[in-house]
Amino acid sequence: MDILNFLQYSFIQKAFFAGSFVAIVCSVLGLFLVLRKMSLIGDGLSHVSFGAIALGLFFGIYPFYIAVPVVMIASILILKISEKAKVYGDSAIGIISAVGIAGGVILASVSSGFNVDLFSYLFGSILAISNTEVILSIVLSLVVLAVIYLFYWDLFSATFDEEYAKTTGIRTNFINMILTLLTAITVVLSVKMVGIMLVSALLILPAATALQFAKGFKMAMAIGSIVSLISVLLGITLSFFLDLPTGAIIVMINALFFALAFFYKKLS
Amino acid sequence: MQRIVMQPIIESKNVSISYGQNEVLKDISFKIVKGDFIGIAGPNGAGKTTLIKAILGLIPVSIGSIDILGNKIGRFNNWSKIGYLPQKSSTINALFPATVDEIVVLGLLSQKKLPKRITKNDQIKVANILNDLGISNLKNKMLSELSGGQQQKVLLARALISNPEILIFDEPSTALDPNSRESFFKLVQKLNKENGISIILITHDTGYIGSYANKLMYLDHELKYFGEISGFCLSDKDNHSFERSGQHIIWHQHN
Repeated sequence: MDILNFLQYSFIQKAFFAGSFVAIVCSVLGLFLVLRKMSLIGDGLSHVSFGAIALGLFFGIYPFYIAVPVVMIASILILKISEKAKVYGDSAIGIISAVGIAGGVILASVSSGFNVDLFSYLFGSILAISNTEVILSIVLSLVVLAVIYLFYWDLFSATFDEEYAKTTGIRTNFINMILTLLTAITVVLSVKMVGIMLVSALLILPAATALQFAKGFKMAMAIGSIVSLISVLLGITLSFFLDLPTGAIIVMINALFFALAFFYKKLS
Repeated sequence: MQRIVMQPIIESKNVSISYGQNEVLKDISFKIVKGDFIGIAGPNGAGKTTLIKAILGLIPVSIGSIDILGNKIGRFNNWSKIGYLPQKSSTINALFPATVDEIVVLGLLSQKKLPKRITKNDQIKVANILNDLGISNLKNKMLSELSGGQQQKVLLARALISNPEILIFDEPSTALDPNSRESFFKLVQKLNKENGISIILITHDTGYIGSYANKLMYLDHELKYFGEISGFCLSDKDNHSFERSGQHIIWHQHN
């Protein structure tokens, strides 16, 4: 089969379309998370999405509709636990993440019949993306990008030096809340593409690759977005022709880009 | 002859600050007037950084109040009037891919409302302040690639770009070599004398306080001394308790 015939499949077109938006959102948001040493929040929230998707399947509600609000609430809980309780951020992520997984496992064990559906979310299935999921992915991606555009300089300042940002009147607690909520939405969007197990790679790897080269913040965003976009489009294509799992291939291409960037920088 | 009473730009009234059970600052009262160059000295852990963080609204005051430019700290929102230069070592993330102009422009955010956008006029202000500090050539360089002295000038440019009335420094000379230190303090003195910017500066280089500041604040959880440097030299009652740093200030004042 040649590449033109391949592009005529509607499921490939949908995967390319939704995947491109999610790829760009992940790389842009991931840059802020990596620089703030918050990248593992993606991992924690993806585990929560496991529980949330199980909840949706348990009650027969479309999983995305449950996952978005539940993961957003979980992201606020992580923030509040690390602010109010005598607990560091990584421990707060660990607590909420464990509760998410435990909830999902309990729901899977007490129900019968949705285990197969639930496990498809573990490793993603972008080639099986529905029209509703494509629309949701694009709309929510645009919302995330619009909020980042709106608060770009506040996010940038708080990421560079949170204390200094406060002295310029920036409400950094509010900015942290926004960043965490955007991460929650992005994690849910990414689950369909690469699966719960690999979401954090989509947030971390493009940013980590960009940081090897970038000579400015906007350049880092641009490099990360290009790397992420190529990884997703190439990953979908290769997974189709080689009959390999799409999410895993996308992550491996991202990792390859990072390795190439790392060694190129070392050698030069 | 009628005596002119200057309105304080910063007034601390009986301020105490505690972290849990630990009282870091106790009953601190002082007034800073326009044009002052205040050097803050004291032993490690004396509460110097805590005090300036309280002035900047970063730490809540447990007892008492702080007024800035005539407003209670909780209601103060004209942050462009205050420039802040934190300890350099706590600020620069070596991984952060920011250029000098991206960092300097952050000093203008206090003047902007959402959606905050950087205009051509802002870029001109960045170019002008970099030019004033003699670092125009660094505009497009990565901050993490600069020397300690250059980074400090970039952070000073960020603090100055909003035309502040007050500049607050927290140990600005820590990462500087002796030559850079001397030129840095001369630059700060110039900003104070020629531009009329009031300066509050914490430093362990206490000799520089004697050489450049007009007033000294000596803190050790309590306000041990606040006033003219010359008064500190003449004050005998607490001198014995000021340890080496106090002696160093006096030594420089007399030389």
